[in-house]
Formats: sequence, C-alpha cells, structure tokens
Amino acid sequence: MDVIRENYQFIAMGFAHTILLFVIAGIGSLLLGTLLAALRVGPVAIMRRTAVVYVTLVRNTPLLLVLLFFSIAGPKIGIRFTWIDIVINTGWGQIRMTNAFAGAVVGLTLYTAAFVCEALRSGVNAVPLGQAEAARAIGLPFSGAMRHVVLPQAFRAALPPLASVQIALIKNTTVAGTVLVVEAFYRMKLLLNDYPADRWWIFGAFALVFVVLVEIYSLVAHRLERRWRVA
Amino acid sequence: MSGSVLFDAPGPRTIARHRLYTVLTLLAVAAAVAFLLFQLQSKGQFEGDKWEVFTTPGYLETILVDGLLNTLKMAAGAIVGALVLGVLLGVGKLSDHRLVRMPCWAFVEFFRALPVLMLMIIFFSAYGITRGESGAFWCVVWALSLYNGAVLAEVFRAGVLAVPPGQAEAAYALGLRKTQVMRVILLPQAVKIMIPAIISQCVVALKDTSLGYAITAPGLTAIGKPIYLEFQNHVPVIFVLGAMYVGVNLVLTGAATWAQRKFVGEKKPLEVAMVGETDPRSI
Repeated sequence: MDVIRENYQFIAMGFAHTILLFVIAGIGSLLLGTLLAALRVGPVAIMRRTAVVYVTLVRNTPLLLVLLFFSIAGPKIGIRFTWIDIVINTGWGQIRMTNAFAGAVVGLTLYTAAFVCEALRSGVNAVPLGQAEAARAIGLPFSGAMRHVVLPQAFRAALPPLASVQIALIKNTTVAGTVLVVEAFYRMKLLLNDYPADRWWIFGAFALVFVVLVEIYSLVAHRLERRWRVA
Repeated sequence: MSGSVLFDAPGPRTIARHRLYTVLTLLAVAAAVAFLLFQLQSKGQFEGDKWEVFTTPGYLETILVDGLLNTLKMAAGAIVGALVLGVLLGVGKLSDHRLVRMPCWAFVEFFRALPVLMLMIIFFSAYGITRGESGAFWCVVWALSLYNGAVLAEVFRAGVLAVPPGQAEAAYALGLRKTQVMRVILLPQAVKIMIPAIISQCVVALKDTSLGYAITAPGLTAIGKPIYLEFQNHVPVIFVLGAMYVGVNLVLTGAATWAQRKFVGEKKPLEVAMVGETDPRSI
C-alpha cells in the first residue's frame, strides 16, 4: 500500500500520458476512419478498393508490429518525428510529447482508424433505405447525401461499436509502453521492478484506474446512445 | 443499405468527374508507394544481405519453428482456455442464482476492461520470471485465456439468448432439467450462431500473442529482435513478420466466412454488448 502512496505522482503522470495518447489518437482515428468509411461506400471503384486493402491489411496486423514499425523501422527510412518536441513541466513531473510519443500516436491512429471505418460502415448499413433514397430524390449529390442525411444517422447507429473501438484504444495505449513511451504500463513495469514484493498492490492500483476509465467512457457512450437514439 | 442506394447512376459529367477522381486516387497511391520505394532504395533497404536471412535455411527454420509455430501454439492454447472459460462464465451469467451470477458478471467486467499487456506483466512478475521461456509462454496463454474468455462469455450469453425461447419452453415441457435444457438444447444451437464471432476472436487472440514480446515470450514478433539486432535489417524484418501475421489471419478469416456460409447462412451476425453496458435482456 505504501508503494502507491509514495509514488502517486509518478503513477498519475503515467496516466496523463495514457489519456493524452487516447485523446489525440482517438480524435485522429475518428477523422481518418470517417474518411475511410466514406471512401468505402462511395461511387468511385478505385477509392473503394484502396480503402478495403488498407482496412484488411491493418486489421490483420498486430498493433505491436505497427508501433514497432514507427519506432525502429521508420527512422531507418526517413519517417521520423524528431521535430515534435513538447515537454510540459508540471509539479508532479514532466509530460513528454516527443518523437516516441508522436510515433505511438501515429501508429495508434492508423491502426484504430481501420476499426472505426468498419464500425461506421455497419452504422451506414443500419440507416433505413428510404433516407438515402429521399436524399437522392431531392437532388442531393453523394457528398451532400452523406454529409446531411446518412453520416449523422450512421454515427448514432454506430455509437455502440464506435465506443467499443475507443475502449479498445484506451487499453491499446499500453502497447505504446513497449516502444518507450513512458505511459502507465511502462511505469507499472518500472514499479514492479523496484518493488517486486508489492506487486499485487501495484497491479491492483493500475488495474483499478483502467477499469474506472473504461467504465466512465462506456457510461458516457451509453448515455449519448440513449439521447441520440435514432427514432 | 447497399452502396448503390447512396448515389444515382452517374450521368456523362459525373462519369467524367469519377474518372478524374480515379486518376487522382491512382496518382496518390502511386506517389505513396513510390515515396516508400524511393526511401527504401535510397536508404539501402533492398540490398541483398538485408533480405538474405529470410532465404537462409537455418534462420528460416528459426522463424517458422520458434516464431510461427510458437505463435500458433500460444494462440491455440489461449483459444482453448478462452472457450472453456467463456462457456463457464457465459452460462454462469445466465444463472438463476444471484450468488453465481454476480461473481461471473464482476469477473467478466474486470477482465474485459483490463489491458492484456498488464495482465501478462503481472503474471510474469508473479509466476513466469523464474521459469524462463516456458514461464513466459504460459503467462501469455493465461493472460489471453482470461481476456478472451471474458469476451467470449458475452458472446456465449448473447448466443444462448438468441436461441428462440420456444426451444427452452418445449424442453421444459418434455420434463428436462435446467442443466439438461442448457446442455442438450440451448448450447448446441447457440454454438452454431456463435461460430463467426468465435473465429474472429481467434484472430484477436493470434494478434495479441505478439504482445508476449514485452515479457520475452517466444513468438513471431519476439523472433524478429535477434534477427534485426544481428543483421541491422529492421525494415525488412517488420515487413516480413507483418506479412506473415496478415497471411495467417486471412486464412483464419477465410475459415470464418466459410463457416458463416455453411452454418449460419445469410442471417445477421451476432451483436455483443460492449463493456459496462447494461443489457436490457440480461436477467
């Protein structure tokens, strides 16, 4: 128990990185995933195929391999993020958003976007036929029909699977710890090395925060889902 | 809703515009590929000695036996464990007894909300660290079994609930007991509905075995490290390993599609409630 009390600042800074990774990659993957979903249902065959290839490849690759690419292979072929160097000093420790962090964000975004695309596509499939037909009947082109009629409803219908994808993203941020982002998992590993006898307290504390984060997120998603339910 | 409902049959101007989009997309994809190839070429990633290792029989054996075989073994172990746990927890969550239902519910919620990597590291710290490679191997199997078991519990529960209620009623009317109804009537029918969901969970388990890298468990990702440290060929290693994972997973996904066609037909696939969601159908 003492180990948690003594290191609470260290742990909190770890979760600060976790939450930052989650928020930035979450927004990025929503944007990229929406674009991919639009390409996948669009009228241009080659765009559809490009999106399908991307989604299939990324969905079947382990996240760790994607992150390893940006951490060890990318720098070898000129994909570097060294120009990103933000260090925020807080009273409890530093928040370091440097090249490792940026690589992890890009990897998590690219990976999660494939799953967002699939979730949204299931949402598009749930929009009643008549909605799209009516949009066409009043003369909306594909982009207009998507923007004003289909996507807003698809987002609402896709809220449960989207929330599942984002919850998976919260948990997946821990994988960034294996490519040298000093987030919660990495700090838990350090604490386990330093205090092996207190391992169950350490694990319990980190697990509790993760369960709470996930439950808060799914509670918010559930309330949104009820408020936005498609009639 | 099929894609063609979203847009009209294109007229001449739209066809011309779509042609323009096609060309632009092709150019963009070609530019991305060309950039990648150029970078690979200019940084000397196509040199023979960086790829030679993948045609050397000794290393090939290491990659296939120590890497792929171990990955498949871990995935198979995790799936068997997850199936057993999933049936027990799924049936437990449907129990009439509060004392059985609540622990099963708490267990499922906890292990679904927990990152698998954290589970692996705590098992490794508590059990695997003194037992070397086999210890790490079993830590991966246990962690994945617990996580995927919790996920599959929801799948099983949803599957049992998706069996038409008349089936259970008819079985009770015949005088079968609760266990018999579950075992003889409900589970066999539920399994049929669940096969696609189970197989896609196999893909998840297979991908997650790569996380064993963090605790020095054997496997496809872990086998990459000594290779790229020895030959300094980080880029080819990542590409080859990625291609192997994608290949194995596509085979699995193909099996899922085949099973879906054979056993389920064109019925809607099973939808499973997410973590923390209160399912109105739950008892």
